[in-house]
Amino acid sequence: MTTSDETAPIPHALGDVVITMRQVNKWYGSFHVLRDIDLSVRRGERIVICGPSGSGKSTLIRCLNQLEAHQSGDITVDGVALVPGLAGIESVRREIGMVFQRFNLFPHLTALENCTLAPMKVRGLSRAEAEAAARTYLERVHIPEQAGKYPVQLSGGQQQRVAIARSLCMNPKIMLFDEPTSALDPEMVNEVLDVMIELALSGMTMLVVTHEMGFARRVADRVVFMDQGEIVEQAPPAAFFGEPRNERTQRFLGQILPAGRSGATAG
Amino acid sequence: MSYEFEFGEVFAYWPELVAGAAHTLVLSTLAMAIGMVVAVLGALAKTSGPAWLRWLVDAYIELIRNTPFLIQIFVIFFGLPSIGLRLEPDSAALLALVVNVGAYGIEIIRAGIESIDGGQIEAGKSLGMKPLQIFRYVVLKPAIQAIYPSLTSQFILLMLNSSVCSAIAASELTAAAGDIQSRNFRSFEVYLVVTGIYFILSCLLWGAFAGIEHAFLRRPSRR
Repeated sequence: MTTSDETAPIPHALGDVVITMRQVNKWYGSFHVLRDIDLSVRRGERIVICGPSGSGKSTLIRCLNQLEAHQSGDITVDGVALVPGLAGIESVRREIGMVFQRFNLFPHLTALENCTLAPMKVRGLSRAEAEAAARTYLERVHIPEQAGKYPVQLSGGQQQRVAIARSLCMNPKIMLFDEPTSALDPEMVNEVLDVMIELALSGMTMLVVTHEMGFARRVADRVVFMDQGEIVEQAPPAAFFGEPRNERTQRFLGQILPAGRSGATAG
Repeated sequence: MSYEFEFGEVFAYWPELVAGAAHTLVLSTLAMAIGMVVAVLGALAKTSGPAWLRWLVDAYIELIRNTPFLIQIFVIFFGLPSIGLRLEPDSAALLALVVNVGAYGIEIIRAGIESIDGGQIEAGKSLGMKPLQIFRYVVLKPAIQAIYPSLTSQFILLMLNSSVCSAIAASELTAAAGDIQSRNFRSFEVYLVVTGIYFILSCLLWGAFAGIEHAFLRRPSRR
């Protein structure tokens, strides 16, 4: 579906471990949404998380910046152990960018102001510094000319690119993407994926919840498949798409990949 | 039925009417400004404060919304001196208006806060903003934009309600009118003129509110 389907994966080097999840569990009431999650991510690594809806993949990445609290197990991000109610969680969050399915831009602020708010209020940058950085990042997501527009005046694809620029303005060490293209009209998906691919090329550590398997093939170092709150299987894209071992993975791939593209013909 | 209007006898007192109108305007504007602070803080407490504080704010709101304004003024002006707090009529009037409009304002602003999409608050959190920063920079303005018409209606009501403060002889328009008609015995004319003045004051306030909205709270249009 994407233009990047046929391209080879992008090679790169990985650093030390920056995220560790050990035996992480979470419940919503009696619903067991995360079960014994073990995951470690190295600096510069690109992880794509996929799975049926309700499998816990969004919850997993939302635990990494504690938008959701986990109830047991250990999560360490960039050397900080995340415990529910951690004082100073803000100082962890500002190093972790997050892009949401529904963009979540601030509607009363222009694209530029969306990008400068947190750098000024959280990082203490001057307006001039923050605006210079914001313009650089708006340029990087290919919409410098939209800086003065309000979210309501932008298309979905443009809004999502502003949201990516807004996160990047904080100079995060890690970027989380929670189904960044699911709320977009089909013709706008690629403009967002292209920006994400460019970001991957720059060496950013990325965890991406998505069903864009073309993106996974091209960019991911590892594809993580979740079902019913568990990590069922994780493997590099070639192995993941080429020879999925678990029966649940096979069934999922059979459902989401177009006929003739699943199994050994993919990748 | 052959009443002869003598407006001349009212207009002879125009300096007192103007002063009364000015006092009403100042009293109301001050009450709006301070009441707005009460309303925002109260709404913040009610939406994200600890349980005991929310309970306290609820009690305050219910107490004020279910009792007559005149009685609230009397409690402040005649009651408080018994516990050693003696207020001038003007201060008592201001306090009563603030206490009154604050209670209504809290509920209005709370509705605005609750209209804000949770995703924006999550975006603020994910950018490392602290709760009060999120409230101030992410939530407050869109919340006020959303409920601005209700808020300004409440403020107009406050200005009209301030006439009740004449009961404790606060210096405002209705008290001035009472004063004038006790001297010239032209109550019909006096209160007709004062009706007109209140109407004009309302129009002035509506105009000012529209100006504020245009300058600070305009919502971006699609194009």
